[in-house]
Amino acid sequence: MGIEGVGARVARKEDKRFITGAGRYVDDMVVPGMKHAAFVRSPHAHAQIKKIDVKKAQAMPGVIGVLTGKELKADGIGNLICGWMIHSKDGSPMKMGAWSPLAFDKVRYVGDAVVIVVAETKGQARDAAEAVEITYKELKAVVEATKALEKGAPQIHPEADNNLIFDWEIGDAKATDAAIKAAAHVTRMKIVNNRLVPNAMEPRAALGHYDKADDHYTCWTTSQNPHVARLVMSAFYNVAPENKLRVIAPDVGGGFGSKIYIYPEEIVCLWASKKTGVPVKWVADRTESFLTDAHGRDHVSTVEMAFDTNNRITGFKVDTIANLGAYMSLFSSCVPTYLYATLLSGQYDIPTIHANVRTVYTNTAPVDAYRGAGRPEATYLLERTMEAAARELGVSPAELRRKNFITTFPHQTPVIMNYDAGDYGASLDAAMNVSDYAGFAKRKAAAAKQGKLRGIGMSCYIEACGIAPSAAVGSLGAGVGLWESAEVRVNAVGTIEVLTGSHSHGQGHETTFAQLVNQRFGVPIDSVSIVHGDTDKVQMGMGTYGSRSGAVGMSAISKALDKVEAKAKKIAAHLLEADEGDIVIENGALKVAGTDKNVPWFQVALAAYTAHNLPAGMEPGLKETAFYDPSNFTFPAGCYICEVEIDPETGTTEIVQFVAADDFGNIINPMIVEGQVHGGIAQGIGQALLEGAHYDASGQLLTASYMDYTMPRAGDLPSFKVSTSNTPCPGNPLGIKGCGEAGAIGSPPAVINAITDAIGIADIAMPASPSTVWAAIRAAKH
Amino acid sequence: MYSVNYHRAASVADAAKLVKNGDAKLLSGGMTLIPAMKTRLAAPSDLVDLSRIKDLQGVKVSGKTVTIGAATTHYDVANDQKLQKACPALAHLASLIGDPAVRHKGTIGGSIANNDPAADYPAALLALGATIVTNKREITADKFFKGLFETALKDGEIVTAVSFTAPAKAAYEKFRNPASRYAIVGVFVVKGKDGVSVAVTGAGDDGVFRSKEIEAALAKTFDAASLNGVKVPAKNLMSDIHASSDYRASLIAVMAKRAVAAANA
Amino acid sequence: MSDVSLMVNGRRVSGVAEDRTLLVHFLRDNLGLTGTHVGCDTSQCGACVVHVDGKAVKSCTMLAVQASGSSVVTIEGLANGADLHPVQAAFKEHHGLQCGFCTPGMIMTATDMISRHPEGLDEATVRAELEGNICRCTGYHNIVKAILAASKTMAKASKGKAKQAA
Repeated sequence: MGIEGVGARVARKEDKRFITGAGRYVDDMVVPGMKHAAFVRSPHAHAQIKKIDVKKAQAMPGVIGVLTGKELKADGIGNLICGWMIHSKDGSPMKMGAWSPLAFDKVRYVGDAVVIVVAETKGQARDAAEAVEITYKELKAVVEATKALEKGAPQIHPEADNNLIFDWEIGDAKATDAAIKAAAHVTRMKIVNNRLVPNAMEPRAALGHYDKADDHYTCWTTSQNPHVARLVMSAFYNVAPENKLRVIAPDVGGGFGSKIYIYPEEIVCLWASKKTGVPVKWVADRTESFLTDAHGRDHVSTVEMAFDTNNRITGFKVDTIANLGAYMSLFSSCVPTYLYATLLSGQYDIPTIHANVRTVYTNTAPVDAYRGAGRPEATYLLERTMEAAARELGVSPAELRRKNFITTFPHQTPVIMNYDAGDYGASLDAAMNVSDYAGFAKRKAAAAKQGKLRGIGMSCYIEACGIAPSAAVGSLGAGVGLWESAEVRVNAVGTIEVLTGSHSHGQGHETTFAQLVNQRFGVPIDSVSIVHGDTDKVQMGMGTYGSRSGAVGMSAISKALDKVEAKAKKIAAHLLEADEGDIVIENGALKVAGTDKNVPWFQVALAAYTAHNLPAGMEPGLKETAFYDPSNFTFPAGCYICEVEIDPETGTTEIVQFVAADDFGNIINPMIVEGQVHGGIAQGIGQALLEGAHYDASGQLLTASYMDYTMPRAGDLPSFKVSTSNTPCPGNPLGIKGCGEAGAIGSPPAVINAITDAIGIADIAMPASPSTVWAAIRAAKH
Repeated sequence: MYSVNYHRAASVADAAKLVKNGDAKLLSGGMTLIPAMKTRLAAPSDLVDLSRIKDLQGVKVSGKTVTIGAATTHYDVANDQKLQKACPALAHLASLIGDPAVRHKGTIGGSIANNDPAADYPAALLALGATIVTNKREITADKFFKGLFETALKDGEIVTAVSFTAPAKAAYEKFRNPASRYAIVGVFVVKGKDGVSVAVTGAGDDGVFRSKEIEAALAKTFDAASLNGVKVPAKNLMSDIHASSDYRASLIAVMAKRAVAAANA
Repeated sequence: MSDVSLMVNGRRVSGVAEDRTLLVHFLRDNLGLTGTHVGCDTSQCGACVVHVDGKAVKSCTMLAVQASGSSVVTIEGLANGADLHPVQAAFKEHHGLQCGFCTPGMIMTATDMISRHPEGLDEATVRAELEGNICRCTGYHNIVKAILAASKTMAKASKGKAKQAA
């Protein structure tokens, strides 16, 4: 590793613009003639739209256009879709209800967009939005998934009887039931995974610009995957064909999944730009974000885990109801199925598993992937159950886990996944050492003297990243392939542009991707530019989510670099009159191995473009494109240990120590990897202690601002102790597994295991807020 | 935010005149009013800005009498050295309001005129038996604070200062709402020449109030141990998604105990 | 409509704005200083923090006309030409940012915090002082590290200056 190569702790190239206020986010974009939009949204969770009267609004100062769903439909704009087909166990396809970008007949959650107002200023747009008169007939609403399935519950979509979207299963029901029947011990739990709001700090925004002269659309949008946005808006929403639609996702202020999806607003802004003849910008305020960004999690599950007399797991049975909200968001169906139930084997050798999953419509915001997406839910079930089992069996939680670890690879689980490499014992040992697990009893006794309850909890997680082998996901219902593409352009002076379909919204690709190029060619990272986020610049792409940019995006770059290297070596061999097979790249030059004959990198590049002296028949230029389709998922894993101290008088939980020991495979930049883990852990601790979206029975979101939704703040968190012990991933050329989601996946059960340990109770609801903890302590005393 | 007309007052008299415009509201730090206007929950026609009136700013301590100008920011209250000596509890309270940027703008006068049931100052002023001075009269704290967001202020009446006698002992303990960081329970305890008084903010369903149970328990001995086993009734306490009334009742006793310990420290 | 005249990053600027215009929007829309961000509606996230007359304030909770006559420093005015402010440099060195959206507010809060604590900072103080700034990416770990490091660098630099002056 050089000082800028793979594995080096390099400060980020992109930081300069962010720390000087020169970042360019969607709301910073200005187009000549640009006007501002406000959406009129449903104040009701469930209602029929009887009448929409826009006359008063149209007459307001500065108003340019007031447009409704009927006009949108008349122009042929399509409904939003879910792009992953799931079939119920009876073979029937999932029941996708119609989701018009602007509701015209019925609204199904508070925040459902109904009318767009375009005006000279944002203030005027909002003033006019208030003047739109909509007559609703309110209907009964239902917000909880379990209640939506009850007989007589309000019917949200005509397509889905009793609000059931699909009833799906995986694994062997018979064998699992038999294992439970024959078990020496069965641990049973009911587990709720609380609903979260992703809360990227940059609110969603869209700027739609229709150019009449060229009949061409441009959309600046807060997207993690601009090419997917273009594809979906073209193929399904009929906004414009792909060649007439450019999607630009400039600097994007965090995503965490919530900016994967194509929302009504960007579609409507593009359409409205054509209708009104002006570029239309919309920026969400925070409450709009709370109401309309896709939420995460919201599962209710029952589990049964069977053990034999040696405390080996013999079977695991799961029944889950997942709340998908009012409409099926773009990837909502795969989150509680293939991103969830396929991970239910965790790090354990479990002979048989069965999971049944029912997904349900409710009158709440749509639910889709949020950091971890399905894998945190699976990990939470497993790791809470393992903890409970250890307590019931009277054995050490660490040893129960260790006894059941998978130790030989590859390992085929009963739920599709084939784990390629790992060393779960190594992570467990590392976490126990760093946390001084052995010294916990002493610390607990010392805390007790101060009147504090101290507890410790662990969590051994696994996830499937590097999403995903296209043929495999295609066979499971995915509507798209999940490859990635890259183009490497070597300029005539040897500087390099890498065009990637991955999108960086905090991950530091401009640095890590350049480090890979530096590693291969010795070119300084300042001479390497990473281009992303613009469909007119970058050939194709599938974007960034599921910890895929390293394992899949960089693998595509690596493949393109292979091609560039092969051609460069041919040129160098020709220039040096040597055999192509003898050329090596060292210190920024191409050399004949074992000699001092060499030609500098930039001269090879120049030779490629002057084309004065190339091997016979070689095309000029040094630019290559590659697509990479992974052969398998990757399997990051690790062990997290959390230690808490609870003030029993107030119920306040302090995290006194948090240790993470991860296995991410090969690492490009440890500084960036640590940052990803820190952020993930903060979100996981947020889920466990602080965050929860809360609807009242009528469907009003009570936690619709930071006044009521508790975001983790600096004072809520400790500094984290993170380390890695890595086994390279055999499935991709770089040996990378991915690190973006691990923190959010592994941490919630560790926190809750610690809290229940401190109080001496079996379970506590997330978020374990002070009032919840206080009530649990009180209940435990009585 | 709806359209509004802004006026910067040069003096209290000027402000008194300007506030007669339409449906005008007084603007001090704006830390509550501007967010309310942004969400269109407040819609004044005019704003009269008091924050640049020099006469309304600053802390004066003469003997045991403390006077704080209405437009004194939380930051200036928290960091005033005279106040830190005369009544450190109040300076400490100010340092717990909002966050550093909010404390740089928010003012004591704005806070008490708004009388948010979860604001901190009302507990202090009630427990201290403070006097609220306006451009028209003086009002004692127990007459000034009237329920949720209600005060004794008449239309156009302007708070100019608060004053009180520095107590022998006082302390404030706050338990924050984890999201908003306002008080779920804030307890201000005072041991003065007229005995013990204890005021509670954040908890009462009719705003700030004095806790009879805590005061009675402390009347004999102003000591944390006197509060062992004291129960505060949950009746008339707020209940919301963050805290039940039972939890608030329990917290009042806990915070009172910690405040007494701090006051005696 | 009112005239708004300010000294922004050392430059005298003026403009006409509706009275309801927030300072943050005046900076962004009228002056093109888009480094200051809006991340919430409730004055809690701190993405909009700037310095007004030397103090950190939330520019989303102040009218532009309220600030008229004041001196404002935004993230764009912090560096001395090509030389980064020590807090900016520390955020880069310690990876105190990821998506960059909260970063300008974080840095403006941090510089204010350091100047109010000439005695130095410890981790608990930094975490408490970050009460009004929310970051969703970093878990704060490296932000805290960066602020502590910058505080030390700046203390050294001012000691050095004091020595020189003596």
